[in-house]
Amino acid sequence: MKKRGGERRKPDERLVAIFARHRGVRSELIPLLQEVQGELGYLSPDSMREVARFLRMPESVIFGVATFYAQFYLTKQGRHKIKVCQGTACHVRGGAAILQAITRKLGIEAGQTAEDGEFSLERVACVGSCALAPVVVTDDKVHGAMTPAKTERLVDSLRKPGSHPK
Amino acid sequence: MHLTIDGRRVEARDGATVLEAARGAGIRIPTLCHDPKLKPWGGCRLCIVEVQGMRGFPASCVTKAAEGMVVRTSTEAVTRLRRSVFEMILADHPLDCLTCRANQRCELQAVAATIGVTGQRLRPSERQPVRDDSNPFFLRDLRLCIMCARCVRACQELRCVGAIDVASRGYESRIAVFGDLPIGESSCESCGECVDVCPTGALWAKTETVLPTREVRTTCPYCGCGCGLVLGTEGGRIVSVVGDITNPSSHGSLCVKGRFGLDFVGSPDRLRKPLVRKQKGGKLEEAEWDEALDLVASRLRGIREAHGPDAIAGLSSAKTTNEENYLFQKMMRGAVGTNNVDHCARLCHASTVAGLAKSFGSGAMTNSMDELADADCIFVIGSNTTEAHPIVALRIKDAVHRGAKLVVADPRRIDLVRLSALHLRQRSGTDVALVNAMMHVIIAEGLANRTFVDAHTEGFAELADSVKAATPELAAGITGVPADDIRAAARLYAGAARASIVYSMGITQHTTGTDNVLTLANLSMLAGQIGRPSTGVNPLRGQNNVQGACDVGALPNVFPGYQPVADEAARRKFEAAWGVKLPAAPGLTVVEVLHAAEEGKIKALYILGENVALSDPNSTRARRALENAEFLVVQDIFMSETAEYADVVLPASCFAEKDGTFTNTERRVQRVRKALDPPGEAREDWRIICEISGRMGLAMPYTHPSEVMDELARLTPAYGGISFARIEDRGLQWPCRTPEDPGTGYLHQDGAFTRGAGKFHPTPFREPAELPDAEYPYLLTTGRLLEQFHTGTMTRRTAGLEKLAGPAPFEINPDDAARDGIADGDMVALTTRRGTVTARAEVTERSPKGTLFMPFHFKEAAANVLTNDALDPVAKIPEFKVCAVRLGPHGPGSG
Repeated sequence: MKKRGGERRKPDERLVAIFARHRGVRSELIPLLQEVQGELGYLSPDSMREVARFLRMPESVIFGVATFYAQFYLTKQGRHKIKVCQGTACHVRGGAAILQAITRKLGIEAGQTAEDGEFSLERVACVGSCALAPVVVTDDKVHGAMTPAKTERLVDSLRKPGSHPK
Repeated sequence: MHLTIDGRRVEARDGATVLEAARGAGIRIPTLCHDPKLKPWGGCRLCIVEVQGMRGFPASCVTKAAEGMVVRTSTEAVTRLRRSVFEMILADHPLDCLTCRANQRCELQAVAATIGVTGQRLRPSERQPVRDDSNPFFLRDLRLCIMCARCVRACQELRCVGAIDVASRGYESRIAVFGDLPIGESSCESCGECVDVCPTGALWAKTETVLPTREVRTTCPYCGCGCGLVLGTEGGRIVSVVGDITNPSSHGSLCVKGRFGLDFVGSPDRLRKPLVRKQKGGKLEEAEWDEALDLVASRLRGIREAHGPDAIAGLSSAKTTNEENYLFQKMMRGAVGTNNVDHCARLCHASTVAGLAKSFGSGAMTNSMDELADADCIFVIGSNTTEAHPIVALRIKDAVHRGAKLVVADPRRIDLVRLSALHLRQRSGTDVALVNAMMHVIIAEGLANRTFVDAHTEGFAELADSVKAATPELAAGITGVPADDIRAAARLYAGAARASIVYSMGITQHTTGTDNVLTLANLSMLAGQIGRPSTGVNPLRGQNNVQGACDVGALPNVFPGYQPVADEAARRKFEAAWGVKLPAAPGLTVVEVLHAAEEGKIKALYILGENVALSDPNSTRARRALENAEFLVVQDIFMSETAEYADVVLPASCFAEKDGTFTNTERRVQRVRKALDPPGEAREDWRIICEISGRMGLAMPYTHPSEVMDELARLTPAYGGISFARIEDRGLQWPCRTPEDPGTGYLHQDGAFTRGAGKFHPTPFREPAELPDAEYPYLLTTGRLLEQFHTGTMTRRTAGLEKLAGPAPFEINPDDAARDGIADGDMVALTTRRGTVTARAEVTERSPKGTLFMPFHFKEAAANVLTNDALDPVAKIPEFKVCAVRLGPHGPGSG
């Protein structure tokens, strides 16, 4: 049976607060998605549906935009985000070994989130800090001249209580 | 404009693209993402060309042709590049053409043949080979997808649905539903437009398994949109249905019913042989045609002798052709001798015919479907256009895309609301109060078009007087619509350069139906929004041929062309033409006929293709009337709920089995063509009518429906210029008075109303006949679903439509459901003063608090057991849209 539109949804209050700052026009789509992700940590299916409703755009179009840009996450992210750079400079200075080490340590592949919700791992293709290569970015902090061993210690230090960002 | 393509001087129209110019000159440029129905996109890059003075290789589909341009389409560089592009498209496309469903019909295959690519050497994409079988009518096989995005654009541009879009990017890009869900869980309306535009087998109609051997252009049998169909047949059955791109009303678009809902034609349940009930209470038994026809004629003659001709009534059918309706009323009037002939228009637009005739002098849609797309403001009131008239809705959506302001007045949050600038959620049955207040605002704020009013209308002073007290604040109290919204609506409508009113059964099916129509006519004249393109008052007709059935006189008070039976001159004209004496007293209307049959005043009923046992209000009473009739003849294609009461059942033919014409909602007379033979011994309706008429003493020696049209045209001024020959390629819109007349796109041109001056009719607000009270606390309103049609005799024989529509629902607002402890999916008993039915609760904000909505398609939960048969005093239309109901015991549904 076809699902007929219009069923009741209790909109998330965090989204209501974000929508209150916008007019509900198409051109606000990307800033809106950024704010929603800033608030929820990722774009949940329900949040994208609410954005579609607010902007009066088809849900599929919101999905198309959200999947087009690498900046948007459609799955829940870990409390810490670890990005390992595989750009040219990092690559020649051993970025691949770092990624391998951290993959082993966390037991997840790039693009995944660990089961305990502590870490998300991502491979990126340059963070603009080539002079410090190879680099690892944890949350928004850049760590230069990394080695596999240093990276493992870095991950351990993030696990300590009180190290959560804000 | 002239340009040079491949050394040839080529002429092109202004605004043409290079691709169009080349195609016009017969120069072939390969493309895969281009479709003439869609905006140029430039995505596949196959149509690249070289243009002198232009850098690089522009895509010809998005490059405008210009005077003096020099274009080369197949230089060595272009050919080399084109081949590389094509290899990328082909990189991961399977090469098993021979076993592919699209073999021989695949555009990719055709392009490969012109470009000459033989192998695959590039890295394939990383798309998952999704095979999505969730839609009952078409398959999505994304292995075969070449990412031309025609489907996405058709869904967004043409249908304004947006069920799919391109997701992700690069090697991972794919056509996806929100969240990569199956299409069955999306907002897809199953219109099949995407299937039509797909160049490969990635989207494919499941029913289309073999190539048709014959294709016939005809007209869709469902709603009044009158879409052009191309029926492909093979071995005595329909194997493909495609929208007819040359049809001037639908331009190739169809809805789910027209494209996928024709299984009823080949249904095993079709009637194949006449049935006769030898004695009252006995069983219907098969009989020979002569036996059945003789019996009908002798019983009708007997009843006429005993009780007079007015003891007999005939209900004609808006599903049959103009020619058949003409013959039916001719038989009833000329052979039987009564004006008791009516049809289901009584139940849908009798108030339109009555109201607009009083205001303007002509009771039909004033403007054309296409004109809606160019309106600047569209006021949709009481029409769930997307579901009930899907192709008209496309033109409204086009207008919104162009920047038009859409104002929707409807108690329910219907689909069009998502595109509207303003949604007025009036309480059901308070339309007059709402529109009167809009007129109050228009006059008070000086927005009335006084030039138009003074030059072309009468009765303005009375109207102004009557709405003086109808302030938006007063109306807010009656309708529940905020006063400022009423003001905003009035300003949008009156302030627009071209504003159209679109309405349907939400306006007409009330005891105040005629008033509702009159007040809309008042509104249009007051603002001067009539008599010009893209303006007007536009009632959307419900049945494929309900406009035509009215036009050709299947009404109790008028001959063909709305010539009154009570008018001496008109009667003499038809007496002379038909060679019989005709009755002068107007006959009874549908509901009156049934009431009279219940009382025993009508003894015999001849029902042509209508299902009054389900379609008429207070159907328990309607069934009693059928039971009570001394003699009942039903001519139908199925054993309907009505036919079960019959003494004689005559097996008839459906639209695909006969020639004739339908007149659609925009007054366009279009051809219906025979594609198949009727099943078994079933006969074309016109032949059956001729047989009975002959046996009743009025010979009808026609050999083809075109002869009937010729006779009809001679007697009906508005159809005077119409003949089968003239509408062979393209239907004509009436009035079309002479063989040279090109037809009429919009009526009452420049204020020249059919009746002379347009007349204002003051319409004070009256409440509906039955309102909620302590005992019956909810208001019940009825309507349609997109996937079903009327009493379901046709649509419910297509399994896929049943699957999409689901079991008989009723809608209830979440607040009401919570208070009554009803969960989504619960089976709930609904009771009115007339009966009880049980239906599945659909808890949704589509319906406002205090109002329940129920579609009338389902015999197992027949909404018309509940509805009120109170009538509009003028048009005799029943109040299907408002009655009082209570909810009884409920329990979880069986799923």
